[in-house]
Amino acid sequence: MSATVTPAARPKIAQLARRRRHLAWLRGTAIGLVTLVFALPLVWMFAAAFKTNLQVTDPSVGLWFTPTLDNFRSVVEAGQIVRSMGNSLLVGVVSTVLSAVIAVPAAWAVGRFSMHRTGSLILVARIVPAISLLVPWYYLFAQMGLVGSYTVLILSHMFVSVPLIMWIMISFFAGLPVELEEAARTDGLSAFGAFWRISLPLAAPGTATASLLAFVFSWNNFMFALVFADDRTQTVPVTLFNFISYASTDWGGLMAASTLITVPVVIAAVLGQKYLVAGLTSGATKG
Amino acid sequence: MTATEVSPSRADARPVSGGARRTRPPRTFEQANRRLKWAMLAPALLFVGLMIVFPLAFTLDLSLTDAFGAVNADKSHIGLRNFADALGDARRFWPAVRRTIVFTVGAVVLETVFGLALAMLMRKPFRGMRWVRTVLIIPLLATPVAIGILWLLILDPTNGIANHLLAGLGLPRQEFLGSVGQSLPTLMLIDVWQWTPMMTLLLLAGLTTLPEEPEEAALVDGASAWQRFRYVVLPMLGPTLTTALVLRAVDALKTFDILYATKGAGGGSDFEAETLNVYAYGLTFDYQEYGLAAAVLVLFTLFIIGVVVLLRRRGGRKNA
Repeated sequence: MSATVTPAARPKIAQLARRRRHLAWLRGTAIGLVTLVFALPLVWMFAAAFKTNLQVTDPSVGLWFTPTLDNFRSVVEAGQIVRSMGNSLLVGVVSTVLSAVIAVPAAWAVGRFSMHRTGSLILVARIVPAISLLVPWYYLFAQMGLVGSYTVLILSHMFVSVPLIMWIMISFFAGLPVELEEAARTDGLSAFGAFWRISLPLAAPGTATASLLAFVFSWNNFMFALVFADDRTQTVPVTLFNFISYASTDWGGLMAASTLITVPVVIAAVLGQKYLVAGLTSGATKG
Repeated sequence: MTATEVSPSRADARPVSGGARRTRPPRTFEQANRRLKWAMLAPALLFVGLMIVFPLAFTLDLSLTDAFGAVNADKSHIGLRNFADALGDARRFWPAVRRTIVFTVGAVVLETVFGLALAMLMRKPFRGMRWVRTVLIIPLLATPVAIGILWLLILDPTNGIANHLLAGLGLPRQEFLGSVGQSLPTLMLIDVWQWTPMMTLLLLAGLTTLPEEPEEAALVDGASAWQRFRYVVLPMLGPTLTTALVLRAVDALKTFDILYATKGAGGGSDFEAETLNVYAYGLTFDYQEYGLAAAVLVLFTLFIIGVVVLLRRRGGRKNA
C-alpha cells in the first residue's frame, strides 16, 4: 500500500489516522459509559445486600465497606424465600417442559409449511393483556376451588410460554433447509421420523434458548402468582412484594432477597448470552 | 445430499416394483405432510383455543353483565351499560387512559432514540462486545419486582443515592416516586433503563442483515456520516424498526409489575401511576367489579390492537 503513496500525501494520511484513532477512543469511552449506566444499579443492589442496615441508608458509604452476610442469614432463616424459590423452580420447570412439548411440534408445522395465518394466532396471544385471561380463569378456578394450587399456576404460566416458544421456534424451523427433510424422506424415513430425527436435533439450540427464556419469564412472573398462588404455593416475586409491605425499612433484607432472585438470571445471562440474544431478537428482522 | 438427485416436482415419485402391486395410489410426501402438520399443531391449537380464545370470549360476555362480588353470585346481562359507565368515568378511567398513553409514548420514544444510538455505536465489532451484550441483557431478564424495589432504594427521597449524587452536582433534592407529579415520569425512566437494551439488541440484529454496498456507494459519493445514517441506513432499517416498535409498544402498554411493585394497588394515593392495566387489575381483584373490569379490558384490548395496526400500517407504507 505505502509503495503507491506519494511523499506529498503522507502528512494527510497521518492526519486521517490520528482522527480515526480519536474517533475510536471516543466510541470506546461512550460504550463504556453506557455499559456503566446499565450495570451500576444492579451492582448497587448486590452491594446493598452485603451492607448493614445503617450502611444501606447512608449513601456516602458507596462501594467500599466490610461486607456482612447477616442479611442473607436473616432472610433465609425466615424461611419463606427458600420455600418460594422451590415453588418458582417447580412451576418454572414444569410449565416450560409442558410448553415446549406442545409448542415445538406446532412451531415446526407452522415454520416448515409457512402456515402464516395460523402463526398469526400466536401474535394475538402476545397482544392480549394478560389480565383479560386472568379474569375469566380466576372466575372459573375460584368456583372450582382450585385457586392456590400448583396446577393453576403452571397452566397460567403456560399462557406466556407456549406463545413465546412458538414465536422463537417458528423462525428457527423456517430457517432450516427443506432439503434435509426431503432427503430423509427419500431415504425412507416417515414424515414424523424426518421431524423427530432430522429437524428436531438440528433445532436443539433453538429449543434450549426458547426454553431458557420461557423459564426466566416464568421465574419473573408476578401477576399470575399474585392472583393464583396462596401462602403455600407463592413464587419469589410475590414473596418479594410482600416483603415491601411488612419490612419496608429492612433494605438490607430486601436487597438480599432481590439478589437471591436475580443471581440465577445473571448466571444464565453470562453463560448463555449468545443464545439469549438470538432468542430475544428472533423473528424481528423479517419484518 | 440425495435430495439433489430428486427434482422437487417429482419428489413424490417412488419406484413401483412389480407393476401395480399396491391397490391404493402411493401416499405422497405432501399428503403425509398434510396429515402430520395438523397432528403436530393440534395440541398447541387446542391449548391456545381453550386457554386463550375461550377466556377472551368469556371476558367479552362478562363485560355485558353486572357480575360483582362473589364469583358464584348470580349475574344478568345489562347490555352495554358497563361500557357507558367506563367511558363516562372521568375520575379513574380517562386519567388511566391518559397515563397509559403518556407512559408508553414517552418510554418507547426514548427507548427508540437511545436504542438506535447505542446500536449504531456497537455496530462494528469491538473488544469486549461479548461483555457489553451480557450487561445489556441483564436488565431485561432480571425480575421486574426486584428491579422495582432496587429503584425504590436508589430513588429514596431521604436516603437514596440518586439525591446524594444530585446534591453533589449542586442540584435540588427530588421526591421521585414519593411525589404525585414525579411518579409517572420516574417510572418511565426506569422502563427506559430496563428496555432500551431490548431496542438496541433488536436493531443490532437488523443492522447485521443489511447489505454493505449502498453505504459504500454513498461513501464514495461523498456523503457524510450523518447523511449515510439518515438516508441510507435508516430507510433500510425500516422493517426492523417497525417490528421493534410494535413489540416494545405492546409490552409498554401492558406494563404492570414495576408500577404495582413500586406504587402498590391503584397506582398510589392519588392514582398517580394507575394505567389501564393497573386499573383493570384493581377493579377485578380489589373491588370485585368483574363486569366493569371486563368492559375496561375489552376497551384496553381494542386500544392495543389499534396501536399495532396503526404502527404496522405506517411502517408498511414507509417501506413500500
